Amino acid sequence: MELIEYSYFPGCSMVTTSMESNLSLMQACQVLGLKLAELEDWNCCGSSSAAIVDPKLGFNLACRNLSLASPERPLLVVCPRCLHQLRQAHLKLKENRQVRRAQERRWNRPISPDLEIVHFLEPVVKLGSRKLRQHLARPLTGLKVAPYYGCTLFRPPALRKQWYYLGELEGILRLLGAETVSQGLMQRCCGSFLSVLRPTMVSELVNQIIASALASGADCLVTVCALCQLNLEMRTTLEPRLPIFHFSEILALALGAADYEDWFSRHLVDPHPLLGRRGLI
Amino acid sequence: MNRCYFCKACGSGCPFVSLMDFPPFGIIRLVQLGFRQEALESTAIWVCVNCNTCASQCPNNIDIAAVMKALCTLALKERAAIKEMDIINFHLEVLRSLERYGRTHKVGILFRHNLLTGKWFKDLDVGLKLLSKRKLDLFPSRVENREEVSRLFRPYWKIYAR
Repeated sequence: MELIEYSYFPGCSMVTTSMESNLSLMQACQVLGLKLAELEDWNCCGSSSAAIVDPKLGFNLACRNLSLASPERPLLVVCPRCLHQLRQAHLKLKENRQVRRAQERRWNRPISPDLEIVHFLEPVVKLGSRKLRQHLARPLTGLKVAPYYGCTLFRPPALRKQWYYLGELEGILRLLGAETVSQGLMQRCCGSFLSVLRPTMVSELVNQIIASALASGADCLVTVCALCQLNLEMRTTLEPRLPIFHFSEILALALGAADYEDWFSRHLVDPHPLLGRRGLI
Repeated sequence: MNRCYFCKACGSGCPFVSLMDFPPFGIIRLVQLGFRQEALESTAIWVCVNCNTCASQCPNNIDIAAVMKALCTLALKERAAIKEMDIINFHLEVLRSLERYGRTHKVGILFRHNLLTGKWFKDLDVGLKLLSKRKLDLFPSRVENREEVSRLFRPYWKIYAR
């Protein structure tokens, strides 16, 4: 099988709070022939706090990561926030040669203006339906899924002219045999860091999102963002609790991964009963 | 920013408007009319998490979240009288973690944040649950070349030390 190589930027969440997403991503990539080489000595992408305190600081942090990436292969990112931050910084370097030179001097490393930065969804979509069907080992028949994109994949203004992700989760999930339901709040913000600082308010917000999925008959939600997954499971007060899956988990499960116990035991809402009922595990 | 004709779409869509003193369009109006102090001292700019719901709904393509972020930076630089100190302290705690490790260390950030705000046991139940699910690491994941990252932060403590 022909391997496609990527540099991989995990980001802070993927190596800690959502290790399960990281583990399942590796499984899925292995089956699909995507070879990931972790970006050596990567640092925080600079989004959220650094960019709020000073956008320049966020920009510098993002540029260090870009200076570490080989221009030979695309840089693959899973966290939407990291993707946004790295892409925005890279666009700035592409548009302004002086700024790029300054950053190259700062890090004493070249930064390629042609570096391609992609979200994990992109190579999966590009593989095409035939290849996905070919590797489908555990069809998700009977599973009713509400895709939840969160706020950041839904085109922030600086990235309007970039890849449009809406609809792609639905496409892939249906290929994997699941039934997708549409819900009104699939781009609603999950509350981000306010989950720590204003938990009551975030609970309301998260409940609205999950209630909207429940109303459309969903068994579970699938997110592409690690923080969304955590906030949705951690702050909901609705009963019964809907399991929230990372996209990589549901993909790897359908592709036949065997070590799902290690991922699902890290969930705050136990997904075993649902998957058992649907005959998937 | 002068393109804003006050349609209020941003304020209707904002998930966090209930926590704000001025809705997003209110902040834009303050800036338009030159109410500098009021804008810099508002709670709205700190409550905003940059989800960009406002900007994606704006018919005039104003990057409202970027305006909010710029106001935050300015408010810190000018030492404006900020009401949402817990949010700022949280951000600075994240910065300290980044300076030390190059990556965020969530246990450290949350622990120090709770100490600083005096709410020692806030969310203790959630924290323990996360620990038991192996979602929080006691030891940080860190960058090898720490000097390269930490030097970015040094100039900030002169400005933001309060």
